[in-house]
Order: sequence, then C-alpha cells, then structure tokens
Amino acid sequence: MNHATVRAATPYGFLLPALVLTALVILYPVVQTVWYSVQDYILYAPDDARFVGFRNYAAALRDEVFWISLGHSAVWVGGIVFAQLALGLATALLLNQSFWWRGLARALVIIPWALPSVIIGLMWTWIYDYNTGVLNDILIRMGVISQPFPWLASPATALGCVMLALVWQGFPFFAVMILAGLQTVPRELYEAAEIDGATAFRQFVHITAPGIAGIVATAVLLRIIWVANSLDVILVMTGGGPGYATHTLPLYAFLRAYSGMEFGSAAALALLLTVMLLAIVWLYVTRQARELDA
Amino acid sequence: MSRRLSARKRILLVEIPVLAILAFALAPFLWMLLTSVKPTSDLSVFPVRYWPSRFTLEHYAMLLQRTSFAGNLLNSFIIACGAVLVGLVTSVPAAYAFSRFRFGGRRLLMTGFLVINMFPIVLLIIPLFVLMRNLGLIDTFIGVIIGHSTFSIPFSIWMLVSYFNAIPRELDEAATIDGASRLQTIRLVILPLVMPGLVTTAIYVFITSWNEYLFAMMLSGQTVRPVTVALQLFIGEFTVQWGLLTAGGALIALPVAILFLLVQRRIVGGLTSGAVKA
Repeated sequence: MNHATVRAATPYGFLLPALVLTALVILYPVVQTVWYSVQDYILYAPDDARFVGFRNYAAALRDEVFWISLGHSAVWVGGIVFAQLALGLATALLLNQSFWWRGLARALVIIPWALPSVIIGLMWTWIYDYNTGVLNDILIRMGVISQPFPWLASPATALGCVMLALVWQGFPFFAVMILAGLQTVPRELYEAAEIDGATAFRQFVHITAPGIAGIVATAVLLRIIWVANSLDVILVMTGGGPGYATHTLPLYAFLRAYSGMEFGSAAALALLLTVMLLAIVWLYVTRQARELDA
Repeated sequence: MSRRLSARKRILLVEIPVLAILAFALAPFLWMLLTSVKPTSDLSVFPVRYWPSRFTLEHYAMLLQRTSFAGNLLNSFIIACGAVLVGLVTSVPAAYAFSRFRFGGRRLLMTGFLVINMFPIVLLIIPLFVLMRNLGLIDTFIGVIIGHSTFSIPFSIWMLVSYFNAIPRELDEAATIDGASRLQTIRLVILPLVMPGLVTTAIYVFITSWNEYLFAMMLSGQTVRPVTVALQLFIGEFTVQWGLLTAGGALIALPVAILFLLVQRRIVGGLTSGAVKA
C-alpha cells in the first residue's frame, strides 16, 4: 500500500467500529425482518418456516384489527402532534417574555420529557385509577361526574386518556425547539414594527411566524415519526385494550410478535408501518441534508 | 413580542399562564412523589386524601429490602454505563472522521445514521431478539448494551459531529505544523476541547439507556433485568400497592430528572439536528 492509499482509507478506518456495530444491530435486523415477512415464521418452530411470498401482507390487509389499528394510529399521531404543537407554541411564546423567574420555569417545564415511558405510564394509570384515582376525585368535587368513571377500562375514553399522557410528555420538546427558534428572530424587527405601530397580533403574524416556521416544520416532522413509532406508554397503560380500543399499528405488530410469537406476520406489519412513514422521513432528511455541507 | 408590559399586565398575561403550564407539567410527577411517602391507609380512601396524614418511607424500605429492586437499579446503572462506553468508543472516531475528512459516501453515511434513528423499534426488535438468542446473549449485560447501541451510536455521532465542527480547523493545522501526528493532535488538542460536548453526549446516552424499556424487556431476563422492566412487572404483580409502585417510580425518575436539568441547555443543538430521540 502506498502513502496515498493509506490517506484515502483513513476516514473509513475511523468509521469502522461504528459501521460494523450498526450493521449488526440495525442493517442485519432490517434485512431479517424483510426475510421474515415473506415466511410463516413462528418463534417456537423456526425450522418449520416456509416461504409464503406476500401472503403475510395480504393477510394483514384483510385483517380487521390491522384497519382498526391503522385508524387509531391516524387519530393518535394527528391528535398528539397537534396538541403538543399548540401547547408547546403557547409555552414557548410565554417563556420568551421576560419575568424574573423565567430561567427556573424554562428548566422545570422540560421535566416530563426526561422521564422514562414506564414512569409516565405508571403516573397516569395512577391518576386515572378507578377506585382511588385523583382525576375521578377532582371531577366529583367539581360536580362534573357523580361517581367514579373507569377511564382506562372504557373503550370510549381509553385511547384519549393514553394520548393525553403522551401530549403531556412531548409538549416540552416543542416548547424548547420553538423557544430556540424565537431567540434567533432579530429584536430590531420588533422594535421597527413597534415604531410603525403594529399590534402584537400583527407582529406575531409578520415577524414571529415566518421566523420560526422552519424550526416548527422540522419539529412537526420529527414528532410525527416518533409518535407514530411509539408504543411503550400504551403497552404499560393498557396493553392495547380494552379489546382493541388502544391498538395502534406498532403496538399491534409488537403484540403479534411478543404474545403471538408470529414473527412472520409481525414483520409484515412492521414493514407496512415503515413504508407509510418513509415519506415523512424522506421529507425530514432532505431538510436536514442541507446542513451536512456545513 | 418583546414589548415591555406593565407589571400588572405581565402577571396576568404571562406569569399566571406560565404557572398554569408548570402546574400541568409538574403535577403528575409531584403527585407520584407525594403518593410514595403516604402511609398505605391514606391510599385506599376515597375521596382522596391529598396531604399525607404522616410522612413515611415505609414503601421505599419495603421496595429495597423485600424485592429485587436494589439489584435492578444496579443492573440499570451497569447497562447505562455500558451503553455510554460503547456509544462513545465507536462514535468519537466516527464523528471525527465526518467532521475532519471529506470522502466518498460521507453525505450518504451521515444521512444513513440519521435515518436509522427513525426506524420503528418493532422493525428491529424481533430479529434482534432472534440474533441475541442464537448468540446466547439473551439476559446478559452485553446483549442489552448492544441492543441499546441502536440509538446510542446514531445519537452520539450526530451530537459529536456538531461539537467537532465547532473546533476551528486552524488548531489541527497548527498542531501539524508543530510536528504532531494525527493521533497526537486528536489526543492533545481536539479531545480536551471537545470534552464538554463529550460529557453532555455521555449523560444524554446514559439517561436514554436508563429510561429505555422495549429493548430491555425483550433482551433481558431475571439476571440483568433493569428497573424499567422490573417496575412494569411490579405493576402487574402488586396491582393495588400504589405506595410501592410510586416509590419505585420516584427512585427511577429522580436521578434522570436531576441529570437532565444539568445538561438540558446544551441539548437544544442536538434537538434541532434531529439526533435527540424524544
């Protein structure tokens, strides 16, 4: 090997450990998943697995639970991301004002986002508890309901209740992102608008909104991806029940693999989810790719 | 939006709404802490008794003495440290290469590390379980730690690239002119400067690994079971013992909440680059 070859190979040498491990824990599993998805692979009888072509996919599309889960996923992603954005935007605008305890408020508001999903599930399950939960207690004291209501055990309310826990966990993410965006908007613009007599509302529409649009779009794309993928809080709070009331697509795929041991059909479900998310991921990556040349 | 408000307007339009949001953000957490120090008799009454009749640490004592929880805490600590070690050892050289070299496939590989961070966990977890079983790594620290490298490596690389990029290349060149080899330059010039970024990345990987549930559940058994999985099993086992469960929740959540407050300011950069999983 001559000197030039060594020089050209150096960056790849630095990358080697990360690439090898990533190939093992991500690329190999993805390829395996694709391979499982065209077999009738059952965990306890791997040697009996036969090639079945697209039968797992066809079965998924005929499966009523798949469509129920997909519908829930749409409600789940749309509802959570919208509520997190609204609450996060309000929080960011407020925390951008000056008041003497602003630093403390900025630090504390982020706490929900740092907590593990198991704890979030635990806390909210305790709040929603039928017998001694604090939500029932507050609503009874306020006269909204006359007797305790089983929030997580009722098909009508279970999904909404788990969604509220997710909104709670994720809104600080939007708040922090948007706050960072707000701080990049030049102050002089507001001062100039002030002199021109623009109202606070017009300042928001013409200065603030365009200034943070980019970061909001990035945040929304990221949240859509992660909220669509997230299943651990549902798993902890309801396990997908009652019935199929809190089944989302990733949870359904997970349950098929974990409880049903049907890795073939679970893999097909996971891939269907991935394909649906690919468009969002692509949008996000093309936005981020601009930064790579820095 | 930076107009100066009168004191009364500020209290009404800013401080009170901020207080309401903070109350929403903190109430579930504080309620869990408060529940964990109430005697059992306070927890079974309805209407709810808000303030404890007396403060007690009995749930914590029982959790640590009568269950496996102390061991689970240790397991979580070992796994999180392992995840940090694996993440940094593989990512520091990789991030250095992305920052300091221009080579074929650089853009593609960097984008690749971003995209894999967004794969659904369900896509990876099934074959990873089969792989670990075939390698005999189920219920070992190595197995769970390797599982956690699915998020620790992409995250660390993206965070560290931005920290490396912040160090002027002129410093590398100056060191080279002074006769330092590449490795000497890294060791004596770059690493000391990137150390704060390294610490932030390490703490964040530690928190993410400590908090992680799905990989840990699939890849661990009784021997290396971390706290998140143990607590979830307790929820099934001690259904109505909310004192015990919330004490466990508090012991898991307090360390990460404190660590998070230490690094949160520095994480914003990683947020916008999409590297921080949330």
